Amino acid sequence: MDITINILLTIATAATPLLIAAIGELVVERSGVLNLGVEGMMIMGAVGGFGAGYLTGSPWIGLLAAIIVGALFSLLFAVMTLSLATNQVATGLSLTLLGLGLSGMIGTSFVGQPGVRLPNLDIPGLSSIPVVGKLIFGQDPVFYISIALTAAVMWFLFRTRTGLTLRSIGDSHTSAHALGIKVIRYRYLAVIFGGACAGLAGGHLSLVYTPQWVENMSAGRGWIALALVVFASWRPWRVLAGAYIFGAVWIGQLHAQAFGIPVPSQFLSSLPYLATIVVLVLISRNKRLTMMNTPASLGQPFVPDR
Amino acid sequence: MKKLLIALMTTVAALSVVATAEAADKLKACWVYTGPIGDFGYSYQHDQGRLQVEKALGDKVETAYLENVSEGPDADRAFERLAREKCKIIFGTSFGFMDAEVKVAKKFPKVMFEHATGYKTGKNLGIYNARFYEGRYVLGQIAAKESKKGLAGYIVSFPIPEVVMGINSFILGAQSVNPDFKVKIVWVNSWFDPGKEADAAKALFDQGADIIVQHTDSTAALQVAEERKLHGFGQSSDMIKFAPNAQLTALTDEWGPYYISRVKAALDGTWKPDNVWLGIKDGAVKLAPFTNMPDDVKAMAEATTKKIAGGWNPFTGPVSKQDGTPWLKDGEVADDGTLLGMNFYVKGIDDKLPQ
Repeated sequence: MDITINILLTIATAATPLLIAAIGELVVERSGVLNLGVEGMMIMGAVGGFGAGYLTGSPWIGLLAAIIVGALFSLLFAVMTLSLATNQVATGLSLTLLGLGLSGMIGTSFVGQPGVRLPNLDIPGLSSIPVVGKLIFGQDPVFYISIALTAAVMWFLFRTRTGLTLRSIGDSHTSAHALGIKVIRYRYLAVIFGGACAGLAGGHLSLVYTPQWVENMSAGRGWIALALVVFASWRPWRVLAGAYIFGAVWIGQLHAQAFGIPVPSQFLSSLPYLATIVVLVLISRNKRLTMMNTPASLGQPFVPDR
Repeated sequence: MKKLLIALMTTVAALSVVATAEAADKLKACWVYTGPIGDFGYSYQHDQGRLQVEKALGDKVETAYLENVSEGPDADRAFERLAREKCKIIFGTSFGFMDAEVKVAKKFPKVMFEHATGYKTGKNLGIYNARFYEGRYVLGQIAAKESKKGLAGYIVSFPIPEVVMGINSFILGAQSVNPDFKVKIVWVNSWFDPGKEADAAKALFDQGADIIVQHTDSTAALQVAEERKLHGFGQSSDMIKFAPNAQLTALTDEWGPYYISRVKAALDGTWKPDNVWLGIKDGAVKLAPFTNMPDDVKAMAEATTKKIAGGWNPFTGPVSKQDGTPWLKDGEVADDGTLLGMNFYVKGIDDKLPQ
């Protein structure tokens, strides 16, 4: 029994940063902006979060700093693509490269320093309930944030007027503009929200998942988050499903190896990617629905004609 | 997409070559790393060696380095660029730089080249390597003494000879203490992904291992051990700060003394291409202080370290291969060639070696 709970806890930890970064990017893409800089914003959040936590000794300040650094870094992207109408793909890629390089430079003095760890939730009485206690009441705070965030984004996008406006901008920025909606302002806010989420995901890496700072520690998680958004056909609950399927197979293959299952480890290593693609293709097989969900003006620069 | 990214990154790395002011009478020594120097692992240790050269030889040398250079065609450009920038001696620190160095060394016969962990040499190209397996034998002995369940978890990157050699040496050490000692192996197919290393450690602990060994670079696995109040070993650097109660010792690389001797030789004009495989006795492989263990285990570890420093090889017969066929006869010592190409497990390992 213990091992099952431990496996579930490990899966949740592995899925959380993917989920948070992907949910943020989902909102950005729903507004019609493609930000390929998730990896860069994530690693900046990781170094910012680690640094602030290490210098102040408080993991909570670290987490807050991670969010702020991610948001500020995404502002750079927003100014370039929204105000100056640069190419979103190129700008996003350079944001990633810049983030990887800059974080390494900022983090030089943090290398080899033990940081601070965000403690797990511990509610006296509740956390020690057998089986469910640890799962529901004993995880790290960011896990709860990630679930709440997913629910909030679902509600916001599909149950509020502002969410509807945001989606309409993503579908046709010219029409939205003609209706008098402030396209650029909405997109700025969406991009900054995405940056804050990516930063938080990075903070989870350097304050919870593996409390340390090393260069490139995000190790491609930003790219996985980006892929999850597309495969989930821009639906929040599918992002949640995708992140957890990915996490489950990822952890499952490590257990399979430790268990001694005679399957080549290289194949097992590629399983999480394969499984996520297969499942998400299956759940989004309805072509019309998928088309409906795809933001039609995704990636197109918008220059208001006066 | 990933290829393009890597290419871009290499270009960025190549542009950001770090160099101090040039002076005609100084010898310029240069390094090429495959990882970032901030990895607190393999590349970090090589760079510590570079800094020791600067410290020891002072204003007689100036140094420069390129980090994040990917193995393959991009490496050619990195070495050629350093050679053109008047580097007199260039150290390539990763196995995958081998062919690039061979090629560039032929082009620049007056520049001295050194390549770590490879096997191709040339008129102006020497090779050097470290016998990490010597240290792993000691780790195996400690693990067998300290593990209550007789089961260690072993996190590994890729099935290359160096890694296989390490696993074999570890299990030989462990079985010299406890003949029934077992090891569970997880391949993470990456040198560097802290998250995945932590997940692998959790999986191994969940499946009953109570001691963790790694041949990957980050401190993540040890931190998991610390959290679970179990034990493990540091890799490449002394990681005691990350796991004050969990680290038993760490297998560290000390390249400084070698680099200093080679740069000195280059200064004196006595440099010749060499082929060295340094071990504990040369100070290139070091074990961090033995901590969190009883005195008798510590004494045993120290005695074994001394024995290896005295010239004893952990791969001394009788040793059988995994399937039970004899490999080394009683008293027979494995030759370096076999070790450097090792692609089989010794007896007592349950895992199937990925091919």
